[in-house]
Amino acid sequence: MPVIVIIEDDPPIRRFLRTSLRTQDFAICEAATGKQGIIEAEVRKPDLVILDLGLPDMDGVEVINAIRAWSTVPIIILSARSNEENKIQALDAGADDYLTKPFGFGELLARIRVALRHSAQSGALTNSEVFNSGELTIDLHNRVVTVADKEIHLTPIQYRLLTVLIKYPGKVLTHQQILKEVWGPSYQENAHYLRIYMSQLRQKLEADPTQPKYLLTESGVGYRFKA
Amino acid sequence: MNNERPDPDELLARVERNQAKGKRGRLKIFFGAAAGVGKTFAMLQAAHERRAENLDVVVGLAETHGRKETESLLDGFEIIPTRKINYKGKLLEEFDLDAALKRRPSIIVVDELAHSNISGARHPKRWQDIQELLDAGIDVYTAVNVQHLESLNDAIDQISGIKVRETVPDTVFEQADEIELIDLPPDELLLRLKEGKIYLPQQAQNAILNFFQKGNLIALRELALRQTANRVDAQMLDYREDNAIENVWQVSERILVCIGPNGLAERLVRAGKRLATSLRANWFVAYVETPQLQRLSSVKRDAVLRVLRLAEQLGAETVTLSAPDMSEAIIKFSRERNINKIVLGKPSRRGWKRWILGSVVDVLISRAHNINIYLLGSPKNQAEDDLKIASTLKTRTLPGLKQQIPARIRKRYLGYLWASVVTGVSTLVAWLLFNNLELANLVMVYLLGVVFVATRFGRGPSVLASILGVSLFDLLFVQPYFSFSVQDSEYLLTLIGMLIVGLVISNLMANVRSQAKVASVRERRAAVLYAMSRDLASSQTEEEIVRIAVKHMHSEFGSRNVILLPDAIGRIVYPNQDRISESYHGADLSVAQWVFEHNEAAGQGTHTLPGAEAVYFPVHDGNKVLGVLTLLPANLRRIFLPEQQKLLETLLRQTAQALTRIRVSEQAKSTQMQIEAERLRNALLSAISHDLRTPLATIVGSASTLLEDKGQLQPEDKSDLNRAILEEAVRMSNLINNILDMARLDAGVIKLNKQWHPVEEIIGTVLTGLQKHLHGRKVKVNLPSGMPLIFADSVLIEQVLVNLLENALRYTPPETTIDIHVEQLPSEVKIAIADQGPGLPKGRENHLFEKFYQARSEGPQSGVGLGLAICRAIIEAHGGIINARNKPEGGAIFTFSLPNDQPPPVLIEG
Repeated sequence: MPVIVIIEDDPPIRRFLRTSLRTQDFAICEAATGKQGIIEAEVRKPDLVILDLGLPDMDGVEVINAIRAWSTVPIIILSARSNEENKIQALDAGADDYLTKPFGFGELLARIRVALRHSAQSGALTNSEVFNSGELTIDLHNRVVTVADKEIHLTPIQYRLLTVLIKYPGKVLTHQQILKEVWGPSYQENAHYLRIYMSQLRQKLEADPTQPKYLLTESGVGYRFKA
Repeated sequence: MNNERPDPDELLARVERNQAKGKRGRLKIFFGAAAGVGKTFAMLQAAHERRAENLDVVVGLAETHGRKETESLLDGFEIIPTRKINYKGKLLEEFDLDAALKRRPSIIVVDELAHSNISGARHPKRWQDIQELLDAGIDVYTAVNVQHLESLNDAIDQISGIKVRETVPDTVFEQADEIELIDLPPDELLLRLKEGKIYLPQQAQNAILNFFQKGNLIALRELALRQTANRVDAQMLDYREDNAIENVWQVSERILVCIGPNGLAERLVRAGKRLATSLRANWFVAYVETPQLQRLSSVKRDAVLRVLRLAEQLGAETVTLSAPDMSEAIIKFSRERNINKIVLGKPSRRGWKRWILGSVVDVLISRAHNINIYLLGSPKNQAEDDLKIASTLKTRTLPGLKQQIPARIRKRYLGYLWASVVTGVSTLVAWLLFNNLELANLVMVYLLGVVFVATRFGRGPSVLASILGVSLFDLLFVQPYFSFSVQDSEYLLTLIGMLIVGLVISNLMANVRSQAKVASVRERRAAVLYAMSRDLASSQTEEEIVRIAVKHMHSEFGSRNVILLPDAIGRIVYPNQDRISESYHGADLSVAQWVFEHNEAAGQGTHTLPGAEAVYFPVHDGNKVLGVLTLLPANLRRIFLPEQQKLLETLLRQTAQALTRIRVSEQAKSTQMQIEAERLRNALLSAISHDLRTPLATIVGSASTLLEDKGQLQPEDKSDLNRAILEEAVRMSNLINNILDMARLDAGVIKLNKQWHPVEEIIGTVLTGLQKHLHGRKVKVNLPSGMPLIFADSVLIEQVLVNLLENALRYTPPETTIDIHVEQLPSEVKIAIADQGPGLPKGRENHLFEKFYQARSEGPQSGVGLGLAICRAIIEAHGGIINARNKPEGGAIFTFSLPNDQPPPVLIEG
């Protein structure tokens, strides 16, 4: 039974998470403060952490840093709306995904599943020669990308961008994280490069670039490859 | 007029007077007939009594003149130290007004009401210091002798032969709340003098000894007693009026004193004052400036000005009338102001001159029927001796009013020269025509010359031309030639006729000329006023008004000016706007502050701080003082001449009115904004109360049903209720988001995070996010090729699109398509969202973007009506435009544009 640590100061939300997650066969540990949460995460060795960014005792990003010091456990953050700055900080610090309050249970469950799968898969991608998602196929060994069996020609940067995204399918990647991996640390400020290459990539891979199936935009935060 | 009951205006004025008195300090004057009667002594005794009543009494100044009894009375009093002023190397002591105002006792003793301060003090006179103390609400005890009263000045002069220089305006005496007469019979006074008990300044020993003649003392005592009795009488009347004891309501008297530019003027004013006081009447002093009088020398005009000032000090309302006919102007003014008594000097023209040329007095007597006329006789030689008086007056003219205009004198001499030349030319022409023309026609040649001289050079030269012409004509053309004698008596008639015609022409032309001059002066003044009012009318800010006023005053008075306005706490400060060349930088802010608080002019040429470099005028709009005009005059005369003074006043009033207008409109604007804010608040409240309560009712109701269920509910009922809870909660959440967004946009909290974004990506994000709401609705996206980029905050623009799409989804039938058009223009990107629904309500397209506006009120689709307002706020923050209209083929179209004023970024790899 997967163990989930919930770090959240609001009792009703904790109750809602506890009640609903138990029905899905998760073992739940709760913490009302950041400090307690760090201890729980250390002691219980959870499979996933759900962290509220607005904690009374410490900043959510500090909690992430503390956990990330010794663990790669997936972390899903909960944040208030229109606080992109905070979300990006948390994601850059190593959080895997985020949910904006208020959220539905279905949404939460989907994110938890993706995160758990991703953590089980991590490191597996390098061994797999061919990545497959819907009509999209990427032969990593031969560097061939096809959509519905039609080969798509990509420039080196477009290809590198695509491989960075499929490395963490379903995970939100911030602009910074992608820029760093594709262009290197000195291009961190040039988010518009990324956007333009993303558009080019969509033009080539998506049937309707305005209603993308694979390359999703996380408004104001970054991108996600929809697995 | 009604004799039965008090005039309401009069009663109102009395109430106001009493109220003003309540705030003001009370003035008590210890009044005596001569020095040595014991005023200071009595005053200090009274002060002691007040102190015994536990009142805060201090001595500001007491002249004991070394008298022991008086000095002993000073014991126990707090004495305000005098101010030491260095005057021409000597250290002089002066009453310290500021220290007294700062100390703020309830009663202060300040001796010698008539004292003149050393130059350098705030006011030239001590009575002005005392006025300020009273204004500050401090009671004052002071002392004065009868000879110092302004209106008695000439009477004293006649009695004692001594001209008293230090005078106090009668108004000060009349406004005193209490007068205590300190009386001592002349014999006792003389005895005290002999005993050396009366202090006399050494240098004036003889003069003062002359003054202390028994006869003089009796006369002075009588004056003092009478003055006091008049006052008691006035008080009695006041009391009766206040208490409406009897039907003693008098028809209010209105006296007009007419003065001319002669030595009688001052006496007329004093006589008018005495008459006005005894009749308790309003009085006016008028000076009629006819074209002839405008030709007077500046010395004489200054003298008139000074007399008018004196009249103002004595409480009269003064007026300068500009008219061609003196009696006409007086009668007109009398009718306008309901004058029933006129005081004027005896006619100066006598005998045949008066008979031929008439006299103002005669005209007035014959035409003003219901007006009593008082004539004041002039002492012998006085009326005729204008020149001598003018020269004595000259020594007392206003400071700064001493410039002469030599150019005018030179021009006059030139005129006489021209008169001679023209007559010579006329003679030459007549000589050439002598043989061909009748003698009578030759006269015309001369008259032509006279007309020419009169039009160009005025009366004097043309009179010369007439006389010269007649003489030359007689000498050269009338037999016997080269002799002034006339052979034929017929020619005598010609000569006399010629002379008379010449003189009449001179006179007429001179009048025409001066009237033309007056007209041109008036025209210029009107032009100045027009120009300024035109500029002021188009001004929008206080700074602009100040700049306009400063410029116009400069062009009119040649002065450098500045208009100082108070700051938020009523302190006069220098404006922090750009200086212009006409502005004055050296204003003394403390003087300006005084003017602002007292609503009186100060500085050079006035009675307050005449030592200041500049003149300070209050800018007054009729209700309150708005600021202070400080003006560094190029020439004081240009400011203090009556007509100029009037012009300045008008300019100031216009400025004040413009300032008031701006302030009122600003106030109206802020009121409008407050009303708008209030309206919004109400709309918000009602919207929130409705739109939050409705979903809450569903949520509470559904949740409680579920909770209290004991197995009666079917599974589908439960899921219905659950769905209802979810949907309503989501609706509430959206609503709260909208309200929060609007609040943050309004508060300006949101900082735009503008970056380059492909439009396609933004639309893609929005459509992905809205997938659930679309319920399979068709959305057609029309993107131009070439991947348009916009420089914007993507999160906010996405919200605009979400709101517009949700709007379209909400108001259009489910089977219709929604179109998104993107158009790239050189300087902007246009995004349009078109639907095929019923369209927008006609004529209300622009209201859609107002807060809390709903196309259709309260229905199943109701929201708070903030969605479109948020769109507009976001688009406007980006510098773009959003609008909505109906398409001709049906359906609504919302379009917004975002400017692309930055060059798009350059890519490193294609």
